Amino acid sequence: MIEVSNLSKDYGNVTAVADISFRADPGQILGFLGPNGAGKTTTMRILTCFLPPSGGTARVAGYDVVEQSMEVRRNIGYLPEQPPLYDDMTVRSYLQFVARIKGLAWERIDSRIDETMERTAVTHYAGTPIGQLSKGYRQRVGLAQALVHDPPVLILDEPTVGLDPKQIIEIRQLIRELGGDRTVILSTHILPEVSMTCDKIVIINNGRIAGEGSPESLMAQLREGEALRALIGGEVQAVEAVLRGIDGVVDITHESGPDGDTERVYTITTKPGTDVRDTVARTIVNRGFGLRELRPLDMSLEDIYLRLTTEEVIAEDA
Amino acid sequence: MRNMIAVYNKEMRSYFVSPVAYVIAGVFLFLSGYLFRNILMQFNYWSLQFAQRSQMMQMGGMPTLNLNEMVITQFFAVTDFIWLLIVPMLTMRLFAEEKKTGTMELLMTSPVSTVELLLGKYLACLSLYAMIVAMTLVYHIILTVYGSPDWGPIATGYVGYLLLGGAFISVGILASSLTENQIVAVLLGFGMLLLLWLIDWSASFAGPTAARILRYLSFIEHLQGFQRGVIDTKNVVFYLSFIFFSLFLTTRVIESRRWRR
Ligand SMILES: Nc1ncnc2c1ncn2[C@@H]1O[C@H](COP(=O)(O)OP(=O)(O)OP(=O)(O)O)[C@@H](O)[C@H]1O
Ligand SMILES: [Mg+2]
Repeated sequence: MIEVSNLSKDYGNVTAVADISFRADPGQILGFLGPNGAGKTTTMRILTCFLPPSGGTARVAGYDVVEQSMEVRRNIGYLPEQPPLYDDMTVRSYLQFVARIKGLAWERIDSRIDETMERTAVTHYAGTPIGQLSKGYRQRVGLAQALVHDPPVLILDEPTVGLDPKQIIEIRQLIRELGGDRTVILSTHILPEVSMTCDKIVIINNGRIAGEGSPESLMAQLREGEALRALIGGEVQAVEAVLRGIDGVVDITHESGPDGDTERVYTITTKPGTDVRDTVARTIVNRGFGLRELRPLDMSLEDIYLRLTTEEVIAEDA
Repeated sequence: MRNMIAVYNKEMRSYFVSPVAYVIAGVFLFLSGYLFRNILMQFNYWSLQFAQRSQMMQMGGMPTLNLNEMVITQFFAVTDFIWLLIVPMLTMRLFAEEKKTGTMELLMTSPVSTVELLLGKYLACLSLYAMIVAMTLVYHIILTVYGSPDWGPIATGYVGYLLLGGAFISVGILASSLTENQIVAVLLGFGMLLLLWLIDWSASFAGPTAARILRYLSFIEHLQGFQRGVIDTKNVVFYLSFIFFSLFLTTRVIESRRWRR
């Protein structure tokens, strides 16, 4: 449904997005996760034909965003970062305008508007000028605007920004329901948001993809020897020296174990994608130290996110 | 077509929801009414003098002063300039505001072509202009009640008015598409319109070919025919092609976002 390949975008000499590729299948909810300035909005603007890419291609609903822009635009609902609202219009007349320019058939307009207002819980404000709505309700009207013509692809830039906790839960619930046969891309820098709503996560940082996969597979990917927790008996300096000698080990920290200083808890950080569990076990046992426990450390998605994004910065600084 | 109507309706409604349309109509009608009164007083004064003088000179059979030439033509000429000042205020928000508030992002990601978008806005502004202009018909009706003006030149005067307004609005819209700041849009609009208004002035100092071109571009030059009761195709073509050209430039400006890679 959405296919992005080698997409890049420069603003003058600022590179906002550099060579990113990912895809979202029909029915998938894809979370676009990244810190401020990562390039989320830029990517979404390219997907919605608002900005042309500097390089690479993007296809939405089977159409190329550059060559077949009209078809793409017919098939998307888009909530920009700043909800595109006319303050002097009432909610209903605004949605009427949007429904018309989106090409919704005349006879369906009224029923779709009622349905959408119901769904986004703004029915009560149908006759209120948008300028008089609170931020949360403006956000809801923005969402209603993206949904009103029932598009197969939804692109939502930070849909829950400015909402109170209760509304956030409601909107997330709504997005989940919207999934079904639609493809949804939503961007956020709030981690729990993606882990709760999305089937697939693309982490972007500094315009590059820093990680990709389902919430579960992302965790599994990182668990493969990213960090180990080991409970080892024996003299601290000696154990540490041995551990450091193992190929693939990056860093070691230790603290007192449950029984005091005879056994210590070591946290062994390794290079991504290397599994050193066997080697560690063998070496420790061969050297005569007591190996009491060895297991991969469960990293929360939060850790992954922080890790992926900070590592990028370090790598780039180097 | 359908999109154009949707945009047109949206713009019309926004003109009438905000006080802008009413204030502008009010100010224009006040000013033009005031000028009309002055022109009429002047005409009365001249008529009186003229009558006295012809009496003194014992020339009973003198024709009376021409109402059309002395009042109506002058009225058109003066109000044209007021429109030059007002039109940029009618057009300033058309694109600048959409860019500022981010609604441009909605329009540009909807299946609406640039031409539909532009024409919807252009025609809305032109309609508002035509409505306000139509109100000045009252003055000519008053003239008809008390005198006997020739309605031919009045009609052609209004045709000229519409074409001139169309050209002003096309320039104003172009200015609005160039910026997201409404004040900048107004100033740019003024600047461009004044330049076009006064362009034949510099023709007096230019070489023969340049002078001909400059004179051809002058708004005033092409207007005088209409106000004297003549519809010359050349003048109609001038205004229509001017409008076309500046609207075309506007579509280029709007679309430039799409091809600036
Ligand atoms: N119009 C522009 N001109 C120049 N640079 C821009 C422009 N828009 C964005 N950028 C730059 O491109 C980079 C990516 O911006 P973008 O808005 O895509 O980030 P984002 O991921 O949406 O961030 P946020 O979470 O803050 O919304 C930033 O470094 C930003 O400064
Ligand atoms: Mg953003």
